[in-house]
Amino acid sequence: MEKRALFRSRWLPYALIAPQLAVSLAFFFWPAGQTLYWSTLLQDAFAAHPQFVGLDNFKALFADETYFASFRVTAVFSLLVAATGLSISLLLAVFADRVVRGATLYKTLLIWPYAVAPAVAGVLWLFLLSPSIGILTYALRGFGVDWNYYVDGGQALVLVVIAAVWKQISYNFLFFLAGLQSIPPSLVEAAAIDGAGPVKRFWTIVFPLLSPTAFFLLVVNIVYAFFDTFAIIDATTQGGPARATQILVFKVYEDGFKGLDLGGSAAQSAVLMAIVIGLTVVQFRWVERKVKY
Amino acid sequence: MVERRPVLTFVRHAVLIAGVALVMLPVYVALVASTLPIASIMTVPMPLWPGTEALQNYAAVIAHGSALGSSAPVGRMMVNSLIMALVIACGKISISIISAFAIVYFRFPLRTACFWMIFVTLMLPVEVRILPTYQVVASLGLVNTYTGLTLPLIASATATFLFRQFFLTIPDELAEAARIDGAGPMRFFLDVVVPLSRTNIAALFVIMFIFGWNQYLWPLLVTTQENMYTTVIGIKRMIPGGDAAAEWNLIMATAILAMLPPAAVILLMQKWFVKGLVESEK
Repeated sequence: MEKRALFRSRWLPYALIAPQLAVSLAFFFWPAGQTLYWSTLLQDAFAAHPQFVGLDNFKALFADETYFASFRVTAVFSLLVAATGLSISLLLAVFADRVVRGATLYKTLLIWPYAVAPAVAGVLWLFLLSPSIGILTYALRGFGVDWNYYVDGGQALVLVVIAAVWKQISYNFLFFLAGLQSIPPSLVEAAAIDGAGPVKRFWTIVFPLLSPTAFFLLVVNIVYAFFDTFAIIDATTQGGPARATQILVFKVYEDGFKGLDLGGSAAQSAVLMAIVIGLTVVQFRWVERKVKY
Repeated sequence: MVERRPVLTFVRHAVLIAGVALVMLPVYVALVASTLPIASIMTVPMPLWPGTEALQNYAAVIAHGSALGSSAPVGRMMVNSLIMALVIACGKISISIISAFAIVYFRFPLRTACFWMIFVTLMLPVEVRILPTYQVVASLGLVNTYTGLTLPLIASATATFLFRQFFLTIPDELAEAARIDGAGPMRFFLDVVVPLSRTNIAALFVIMFIFGWNQYLWPLLVTTQENMYTTVIGIKRMIPGGDAAAEWNLIMATAILAMLPPAAVILLMQKWFVKGLVESEK
């Protein structure tokens, strides 16, 4: 789609686009290029002359057992976040779509947690599930569960998954609701006249029509679990205990800022960049196709 | 409503109420904790009914933080967060609207290249380029400044796309009429394009304000002085490792304070928020 009516000026368009390009160059392209360049260097914070080592950083990375452990943690974490988050929000959206009384109130109460920062979500759940004073810990003890995420890696992962899902429910809910409202009611009504019950209608009509939205949200949630949950991890478990919650982004930060292994951290960033680019491409291929119902 | 089934209606409300309870539980407990003295939080289980210490707790954190964790005053952090969120929201909107205007209404050499350059930034979240970005900001001497806090986050491909999509739907006749009347491009931009974009601007403002307010990793790196902390990272600094010693009543008061402004923006601008969120992801 292009415009017919255009303005002419030799300099004005450049002046208008310059601020955005300047910021992008200084804070996106240059750092991204640096990351790729650093990933081929052997350097630490004190070395005056970094040494070019080719792909050695990547070789070291893929030979590193802790890196694979971090990959596994990230995979498990993002699948759990996406699966739990999408199921809960889909359930809520399906019910909110059909409810008549109090619909606006439910919607408002369900969407406002979008405003909560991931770090704050982490701290709220940290408090509820604190081993010594948490109110949910107390309740769990009543059920005979010994809850202490300081020592139990699995429980630490559950804690960050809960906080991450809780924070993301409102986002998923909104998109599912928008998706549900774009389904023509006549389809559902026709099926009802033909005698299909609510459950059957959902699985044979609503769910297939909703699958583009679900797929879009799946990608968004995986990206969210990969990157935006850094704050949740840092505010709660800090990757522990014994790296049980050390997702890839957190490892980049720890190795780079705390461990000062610049080359290794840059190599990890380069791998992450490849993952984001892959996910973004998947997302955009879907956008091109999604229009046709 | 397809058919009338009282049982189903009951189930619907039950599920929704359970969902709302799940969503509100942590916030309610935080709210209660922020009104209690620390001693009653330490008695397990803590009471689930608000106490009477609300004023003391909130006044304490706003004026001088938590004595056991970071003692930076939260009042100052709120101001920092507000400045950060407003500068990011307004900055993103202004630079995106003018660059989208340039891309849609002008033909110039390298136009497609510029468009793709903006597009590619979508694929480079802060998290994958933290160290070099930090180095750029440090070498410009912007550590612990508002410029350093906001400028690197101000380029937004999403906003540029949203404006571009919208500008493409503005009828060409408007631009032609403006040209016949002798209006230059900037006149047309200010008198026609900006007023027509009002709802888009409002929608983006909500999203970008929340985005800015909730930033975590970037302020964590760029602010090392207490007087530059933002609220979101301030909370984390109040937790002094080992959960028993923390002043949870004050931490929860800070958490509530950190949630209030973005929540208020969402509730007051709910219509634009939904529109902005759903459309900016297309």
